[in-house]
Amino acid sequence: MNRVARRLVDSPEGVAGLCLLVLLAAMALAAPLLYPGDPLAIVGRPLTAPFTDAGLPLGTDRLGRDVLAGLMHGARASLLVGLATALVALTAGALVGTLAGLAGGLVDEALMRVVDAFQIVPAFLLALAFVSVAGASLSVIVFAIALGAWTGPARLARAEVLSIRERDYVAAARVIGMHPAEIALREVLPNALPPVLALTAVIVATAVLVEAALSFLGLGDPNVVTWGSMIAEGRNVLRTAPHLSIVPGLGLVATVLGVYLLGEGLANAMAAREGRG
Amino acid sequence: MHRALILTRRRIVSSIPVLLIVIVGTFLLLESAPGDAVDAYLVSLGGGDAGLVTELRQSYGLDQSPFKRLTLYVSALARFDLGWSVAFDRPVLGLIVERLPNTLWLMGAATALAFSLGSLLGIVAGARPGSLTDRALSIGSLALYAVPSFWLGLVLVLVFAVDLRWFPTAGIETIASGKTGLARVADIAWHLALPVSALGFIYLALFLRMMRTGMAEAWRQDFVLFARAKGLARRRIVLRHVARNALLPLVTMLGLQAAAMLGGSVVVESVFAIPGFGRLAHEAVAGRDAPLLTGIIIVSAVLVIVVNLMVDIAYAALDPRVGSGEASS
Amino acid sequence: MSASLAEIRNLSVSYGKGASQGFALDGLDLDIRQGRRLAVIGESGSGKSTLALALAGLLPLEAQFRGEIRWPGLAHPPMVGRDIGLVFQDPGSSLNPVLTIGEQVAEGAVRHLGLDWCGAHRNALALLERVRIPDPQVAFDAYPHQFSGGQRQRIAIASAIAARPRLLIVDEPTSALDMVVQAEIVALLEELVREAGMTLIFITHDIALASGFADDIAVFQQARLVEHGVARAVLTEPVHAYTKRLLSAQIDFSTPRLINEVADV
Repeated sequence: MNRVARRLVDSPEGVAGLCLLVLLAAMALAAPLLYPGDPLAIVGRPLTAPFTDAGLPLGTDRLGRDVLAGLMHGARASLLVGLATALVALTAGALVGTLAGLAGGLVDEALMRVVDAFQIVPAFLLALAFVSVAGASLSVIVFAIALGAWTGPARLARAEVLSIRERDYVAAARVIGMHPAEIALREVLPNALPPVLALTAVIVATAVLVEAALSFLGLGDPNVVTWGSMIAEGRNVLRTAPHLSIVPGLGLVATVLGVYLLGEGLANAMAAREGRG
Repeated sequence: MHRALILTRRRIVSSIPVLLIVIVGTFLLLESAPGDAVDAYLVSLGGGDAGLVTELRQSYGLDQSPFKRLTLYVSALARFDLGWSVAFDRPVLGLIVERLPNTLWLMGAATALAFSLGSLLGIVAGARPGSLTDRALSIGSLALYAVPSFWLGLVLVLVFAVDLRWFPTAGIETIASGKTGLARVADIAWHLALPVSALGFIYLALFLRMMRTGMAEAWRQDFVLFARAKGLARRRIVLRHVARNALLPLVTMLGLQAAAMLGGSVVVESVFAIPGFGRLAHEAVAGRDAPLLTGIIIVSAVLVIVVNLMVDIAYAALDPRVGSGEASS
Repeated sequence: MSASLAEIRNLSVSYGKGASQGFALDGLDLDIRQGRRLAVIGESGSGKSTLALALAGLLPLEAQFRGEIRWPGLAHPPMVGRDIGLVFQDPGSSLNPVLTIGEQVAEGAVRHLGLDWCGAHRNALALLERVRIPDPQVAFDAYPHQFSGGQRQRIAIASAIAARPRLLIVDEPTSALDMVVQAEIVALLEELVREAGMTLIFITHDIALASGFADDIAVFQQARLVEHGVARAVLTEPVHAYTKRLLSAQIDFSTPRLINEVADV
């Protein structure tokens, strides 16, 4: 673990990504401390320009809401959705993939057709459909995005399991008389997991972007400030106050970029370790 | 040609169960929406008595068991009847057929831009791995890939439409301009320039990175050393040996990105107010129009299957090992 | 005593720096004589492949090169492909899988002989015929995966000599092939080289294989040249202990007589 961390620090991408994400995480954690009230509350005159009012460092939006408060709470929302989606998608995908890989035969075929079905329909449309049925709240959005994101981990987990189950230690476990479920959980799954975990960065990044798009279209959680909803709000005054749309967008870029960089740095660090081992 | 036909037949056969699963899924979606088609119809009529309601339900088979309703639904789909749009008060199929071409133009142009420019820049980057050009393109493409397409659209509108006034801010053509023929095509192209860029640039970054990685991989292959040992011109080695092999995974990616781009068109069309298929999906959700949304989902699935098939045929044309029984790398 | 095509003087090729520096070739002095068939014998890591790459000018960028290679047999500085042909061990991976073999055989001639693709096409068909690929017309448009290992190696040889180089270097060309095919490839190489008056450097770990047709033998051990001379001399009266070990390990009483011709100098 220490060696990986050290190698991560060596790579410039890893460091850059880590810095970005630490900064954003700090914003997210500081949000309820610095702005404990509702960020959607009206606190000042509408369309106050940034850097004019000490109490409102980035000014206000069209309705008089604090932009900086929105930014920081938006960071919270984005990171939460990103991480939660990754958790759900990876868990569901890993379970289904392992089941398919171990069961084989008809069960495997059927499950893979289901995976195909979820992959054929564009992920964004899946999310739209789910939100339209289940309503718009943050937890619904997490599941809606996971509906499209779980297929990658499922396929990868299945591929890993197919190669693992032929290995000697699995055969040995079977000979000892280990229960199949135990073999699955103790021998197969832990070894299938690392490559699947490598997908985390992509899933988090996708989730952040999809959530932003949903919020932008007005389909996000109306009770939560997100960068997407801020951009949509700012669109109304795009010509006169473009910064209202541009700044939250930069936040999105920074977050996604940070996730990708960290992901690449980690992948390089782990690959280097494997090469040497 | 022969391989293409085999691929097509095989693909159609294997797609049917998947499509059926999608259809069952959309059926469940329809079921979970409040009210059914008859309710929607009555809304458009302005109300009706209970006797009419029961009669209609019976004639449409909507009072039957869920399984019966499913079979009715599937048979309707087989007749290309995608239902009745509640929000637009017209058949779903007609609505989709009207809106789809705009989106296909948008997606087609964006894909062409992303693929051609992306692979070109990727070849430039991959021709000399580790060089300054390579590093700059690598970082630039990663940053571009992190940009949300709708935000990029807004930025492009701000810079090129509002400030510089080079392009229009919205729509697909100048309203009531009465233009025809080539002038109309040019007008549409002018309107589509920014949306195509907003949608395409993200995938450009993706293709750039893939081509670059693919070329780095290809450079290490033995046949590249052999080509160099034949003293061939550098340009020929880069293009005909290295890039030609690096192209293959990109073609596969084209297929995979079709679904993603269809989803991306939803936001881009909303930003630029383009009357397309993607925007229709947004309108369906906003208007609580379940039949329209399910129709859109089914058509999307079919579209993705078709695009994937075309991509696979193209791949088979590019890689002679496919379909001959030998595993490709 | 034939003239030298190339003269290698004090050639050293190394990788890495300081403590981790490894020598692939160390202080090599060797003359490549024109029109002769030189067998370079050694185990893996002995430096024989590095010699091939060094002569061809294809050493990787990280390699540190010291010493010099003179080419008195050429009127101009050597260019790989045109003056030197190179064939590698693994025939499966030497050929580009997505291009037709015809194109891959012809491209050398287009590049170095100034032929247009039509002329190179005819040239390639003739070459495919000479390396005994059945049905050259049909084969021209076929792809590498449609051929066997032995055929692919013959195609690789054809494409390496397409530009009519003076020197042909083959690095373990038969190690990946079975015994029968090995003999065919060796016979083919002998024939081609004799017809075109090419100089041949045949790199192998198998001294018995080389003994069948080499004019000169050079033995490498751990980046150094330990023995060099006319084949008959090296095989019957080896000087260096390593050579003696190689011979005793690979040749026994059941091996057919080595020296068939009387005078070969």
